[in-house]
Amino acid sequence: MDTPGSAEQMQVDEPKDIAERPKWDNKVQYLLTCIGFAVGLGNVWRFPYLCQTYGGGAFLIPYAIALVFEGLPLLHMELAIGQRLRMGSVGVWNSISPYMGGLGVASLAVSFLVGLFYNMILAWILWFFFHSFQSPLPWRDCPLNLNHTGYVSECEKSSPVNYFWYRETLNITPNIEISGSLQWWLVLCLATAWCLVYICFIRGIETIGKAIYVTATFPYLVLTIFLIRSLTLDGATDGLIYLFTPDWETLKNPDVWLDAATQIFFSLSLAFGGLIAFSSYNVQKNNCERDALIVGCVNSFTSIYASIPIFAILGFKANENFNKCRNWNILRLTNSFNIGDENITLENYNDWFNYFNNTDPSEVESLNLKTCNLQTFLDESASGTGLAFIVFTEAVIHMPGSQVWAVLFFVMLFSLGLSSMFGNLEGVLTPLLDLHVIPAWMPKEAFTGFICLTSFTVALIFTLGSGNYWLGIFNNYVGSMPLLIIAFFEIISVVYIYGINRFNDDIEWMTGRRPNLYWQATWRFISPLMLLLVFVAYVVVEAEKRPTYNAWNPDYVNFPLADVQNYPESVYAICVLLSVLPIVSIPLVAFYKFMGFLKKYIMNRRNQNPYENE
Amino acid sequence: MEAMMFLLVCVSSAAAQLCAPDSPHSYKVRLSIKTALGDDARDVPFQAMLAFAMRTAGDGQNYNVSNILVCDETPRVSFWFVVTSPLDQTLVDRGQVEEAVRKSRNRINSAFLLTDKTLEFLGIPPTLASPVPPDTPPWLIVFGVVMGAVGAGIVLLLVTSVLQKRRKKKKDQTGIEDDEEEPRVKENGAASDGVYNRSFSDDERLTQM
Repeated sequence: MDTPGSAEQMQVDEPKDIAERPKWDNKVQYLLTCIGFAVGLGNVWRFPYLCQTYGGGAFLIPYAIALVFEGLPLLHMELAIGQRLRMGSVGVWNSISPYMGGLGVASLAVSFLVGLFYNMILAWILWFFFHSFQSPLPWRDCPLNLNHTGYVSECEKSSPVNYFWYRETLNITPNIEISGSLQWWLVLCLATAWCLVYICFIRGIETIGKAIYVTATFPYLVLTIFLIRSLTLDGATDGLIYLFTPDWETLKNPDVWLDAATQIFFSLSLAFGGLIAFSSYNVQKNNCERDALIVGCVNSFTSIYASIPIFAILGFKANENFNKCRNWNILRLTNSFNIGDENITLENYNDWFNYFNNTDPSEVESLNLKTCNLQTFLDESASGTGLAFIVFTEAVIHMPGSQVWAVLFFVMLFSLGLSSMFGNLEGVLTPLLDLHVIPAWMPKEAFTGFICLTSFTVALIFTLGSGNYWLGIFNNYVGSMPLLIIAFFEIISVVYIYGINRFNDDIEWMTGRRPNLYWQATWRFISPLMLLLVFVAYVVVEAEKRPTYNAWNPDYVNFPLADVQNYPESVYAICVLLSVLPIVSIPLVAFYKFMGFLKKYIMNRRNQNPYENE
Repeated sequence: MEAMMFLLVCVSSAAAQLCAPDSPHSYKVRLSIKTALGDDARDVPFQAMLAFAMRTAGDGQNYNVSNILVCDETPRVSFWFVVTSPLDQTLVDRGQVEEAVRKSRNRINSAFLLTDKTLEFLGIPPTLASPVPPDTPPWLIVFGVVMGAVGAGIVLLLVTSVLQKRRKKKKDQTGIEDDEEEPRVKENGAASDGVYNRSFSDDERLTQM
């Protein structure tokens, strides 16, 4: 008899709010938006790297287990709770229990902070996109030094792509303590990125729903084009074999399981509050179980699908570098022993080398021939910004028609990032709308503009010379541990405070079917346990090592290797603050509400007047 | 190659003692003929070109082919050369030769249809051609285009929403009650669409009058 009990309460409390709640135009928009939020830059530049590091095909096993026992249950829970209670993260957790209202505030804070640095990455992508319309591509050659006799030394020691990224794009300072100044070109790119976000976000899901048709589908088109192109390149098969060769030994390493669990978790964009916000705009009678399965599986499929062209292209790049290395050796031999040119080829190099080594070993020794090993070149992979802006840009130079591929690649990355930004900002906007902090006279366009403007201003720190180091800090400390804690409290709240039976009833009412044993087992025991384990393991692993970062220091002795530096005390304090600040609202709000409850209770005990109505 | 050999034979007897590899006044030249021209290796009147270079860059002295002495050829098609002054047959200083070669490098290259990579003067690094920087960097142009489009879009959206609001206000003034009722009715309709409240139907069965 208490089927839509809480829904009735909602309707009584805020009828006007529900009456004016925006809606998705159709189911496809909603699904595409959720998929777009989940599928982001991490699918392209984090998953392939993990796959390759952790034994190729073998990594898919812990990944699948994490998806089934952690990813899908949490995803289903978030979509269901948002759809049922029809509010953003703050409203939802407030309704479940006033003591858990802090969860919503925590989600809001994390969404805002992540949105700040995520859009900076989009700004960098825009910068590379703008530069892809030149011939030759600017990261192909080193610039000349002042008297035109050679190349700039920083570039010569490292490589043109590295120089373009660290010097011409970031103009990075040697360490985080030196802040440098605002780089005006990055400020322009950041402004463009925020304007692009604003224009899609200007009326909330009304405009997002239109933009998502392009931003969510375009990456798949480009990935397919790259897939076809990359499979025809030389050395593509080397890259693919390298990626997918399973090394079953790595499964014994606990790091693999930890990384698989965290990867699934962050990849699905859980605990941001964005998914709750999106599903709150749904009609209540919607099959959220099927939606969760679709979004989860499409996200994982996209990761695997994206890794194929990425690694084919990386294999091509490794092959090119390997041939370049061997050709350099050939030239050295040819010049030093004055043989006719092109008599030594790649095929007969070994014969010639052995011949010279036997006849004149000292001369051969003095040549300092390089050892060219294809495996070393294949191992030069990277993840994150290193993959996109250094490794991939280098590969693109060698492909015929470089400009086209560069443009396609960066537009794809931008679409992927933009659709994820929508989720981040909805995680900020919807709770604020539900909290009624906006004055009634302010139109939505002005409010979204205000959010974008504030975010842009705060994000200017990432355009400083040391901006890349700060972005690394935000990425590691905001976008990781707080989310694990929030997700853990989310599932505990829903299962044990809201009540799993009540939740089951709600879902039955919404979808027409009671959740089966798989959902029951995972929601009640398996997922919370896994989250707790992952969180503890994460803290233990992080606490063991002193936090360091890789600095780009041209004056470093071993330049171009990264100069590994410790964070100074003040910066480390900021790191801790960034981790703690979002989640401190959980106990704070609970404490505050409890104080209010205590006060009332004590007052009642004192004034036990039978005639007094509360 | 035949012409080269012929010249060499003519000159070698007289100049054998002046031109020696690794001598302080000599330079080594290396040609990668096959790489540059494929299988179609051609005669290369190297000495004539170098004489021209010395003439244009040098101190006005009238250098000619006989002043360029060549020795130590190898199958790699590399050789050493020295330049003698036409006046007194002494070897010309390295610095002058270097400057001359540098200045006329492009001419020499194009005469042989070779490039800096395929015609190397060891010890004389080529002056790298710096790319001409355009007046406006191209990226700013693309940036301008994108920002212009986005700005126009934002203005358009804001203007349409303002117009929409004005139209709504006008409608509100004429039919204010209708508007208030409508959304609630819509919402109630949606909410009660699904729930089948069994209690009512039970009542109906029992209280049939």
